[in-house]
Amino acid sequence: MSVAALAVLTQTGWKRWSAYRSAALAGAVTNTVFGLIKAAITMGAVGAAGGTLAGYGAIEGATYAWLAQALIAPVNVFWSNDLVDRIRSGDIAVDLSRPVDPQLAYLCADLGRAAFSLVPRGAPPLLVGALVTGLALPGQLLPYVLGMVSVVLAVVVSFACRWLVSLAAFWLIEMRGAATLYLMTSNILCGLVVPVHWFPGWMAAVAAATPFPSMLQAPIDVIMGRVTGVDALGVVGVQIAWAAGVLLAGRLVWTLGTRKLVVQGG
Amino acid sequence: MADLSAAGSRRPTAAGGLLGPYRALVSSRLRSQLAYRRSFALDVLGSFGVGLIEFAEVYVIFSSISVLGGLDFAGLALLFGLASLSFSLADLLVGHIDRIPTYLRTGTLDAFLLRPLPVLAQLVTSDIQLRRLGRSALALGVLVVALVVNPIDFTPAVITLLLITPIAGTAIFCGLFVVAAGIQFWLIEGSEMANAFTYGSNYAATFPTSIFSLPMRVLFTFVVPAAFTAYLPTLLILGLPGPAWTPAWWGWLTPLAALAVWGVALLAWRAGLRHYTGAGS
Repeated sequence: MSVAALAVLTQTGWKRWSAYRSAALAGAVTNTVFGLIKAAITMGAVGAAGGTLAGYGAIEGATYAWLAQALIAPVNVFWSNDLVDRIRSGDIAVDLSRPVDPQLAYLCADLGRAAFSLVPRGAPPLLVGALVTGLALPGQLLPYVLGMVSVVLAVVVSFACRWLVSLAAFWLIEMRGAATLYLMTSNILCGLVVPVHWFPGWMAAVAAATPFPSMLQAPIDVIMGRVTGVDALGVVGVQIAWAAGVLLAGRLVWTLGTRKLVVQGG
Repeated sequence: MADLSAAGSRRPTAAGGLLGPYRALVSSRLRSQLAYRRSFALDVLGSFGVGLIEFAEVYVIFSSISVLGGLDFAGLALLFGLASLSFSLADLLVGHIDRIPTYLRTGTLDAFLLRPLPVLAQLVTSDIQLRRLGRSALALGVLVVALVVNPIDFTPAVITLLLITPIAGTAIFCGLFVVAAGIQFWLIEGSEMANAFTYGSNYAATFPTSIFSLPMRVLFTFVVPAAFTAYLPTLLILGLPGPAWTPAWWGWLTPLAALAVWGVALLAWRAGLRHYTGAGS
């Protein structure tokens, strides 16, 4: 398995998604429309709380909403069924016969996808946000550099989680229930709906015990400069730990699943 | 209507006359969905969960504040219940029409065009998704609790309003789904844009319209009338005064808004269908 092969896979991930420009545009419009509504809700909530809510002023609240909308596509907080379909149809046998590690190959393709979607699907919500509500972003360079690292890690954590859940298809025939359950918990706990910092105590505790805040809340905190210096490195460290842990769990379950797998035909 | 009576006179099936074919279509869908009981139960549970996520947002926000846009938690639950009930019923009845981009791309719409029934009526009856009742159940539960918890004076007027609003609200969301489907004839891979329109208006409808900026209030009142599905009737039910730009009695106008949306929806659908040229397959 060579690095060159993985680089090519990353490139194909980019190419596959960049082929459909109008789909990217349509997605950006959707993310922006929801951003308008979400920013109004967060600003309304901050206003109702008397000007600040868990450290967010009105503009910070709006910025959170816009950044979350910008990161939806790159981090891919929604479900995608690629791997599930391949396991069910038996195409997974093709992946198994390739001379690259399947998990790494899929991860690279997903990183390519994320890299493409970052600008066409992330920039429109942020531009509209800057015009409509204004954005509260730090003036130094460092939060953005560390923020990019954090976004990449968020993509990896999101991929690792989806990979792990998809592998249930080795044992289950109908995956819609598992997928919905995953979407429900991850969407609430990652901070897509409202910032994790607004959660009541018990929900914050539940969220902290899952990898989900590392998918959205963490990169937004780093980019907005809510955490800086050693704290920011700590947040990134937690992301690295989750990424490694969930990827490893995925490898283990993959081994168990392929041992059980029987593909018909030839 | 002309299409419908023409179809009726041909009587494609023996039973039931005018509505016979639709009854056959719907009952075939329902039978197929109920065939795998456990899978269906899980799907209903999933749909319930989607509603739960939506309500979780309201819950989390109200864990740190007490009033949003003039409504307290109980008031917002009433608003949420009304909006979510209407949207989930519309999603159940016509939500599957958002698959139209797939029909257009694969050319399967041609099959619908060949049958002697109006295409829209066929598409609507072709894939009713019973599992979406899960979300309606959550909405209904929230609504009932909200009606008990809020200090509501159940006058005949309020009861009438409570009956009219979900029906007219469902009609509004159904109309919005059809408008979005009509626009799909011009877009390629535009299903996500349609989502912005339908799911976006639902999202906006579950929050008080008063928290939005003026241009957005105008949008959600006069262009995409989400405010009529829940916010304005909620003001009337709770006896609250409306903001300066919309008096609360507008809550009675939900059926009018539904009629307006359906007018636009049918025009958009007709224009779209005429624009369609087929895949030639």
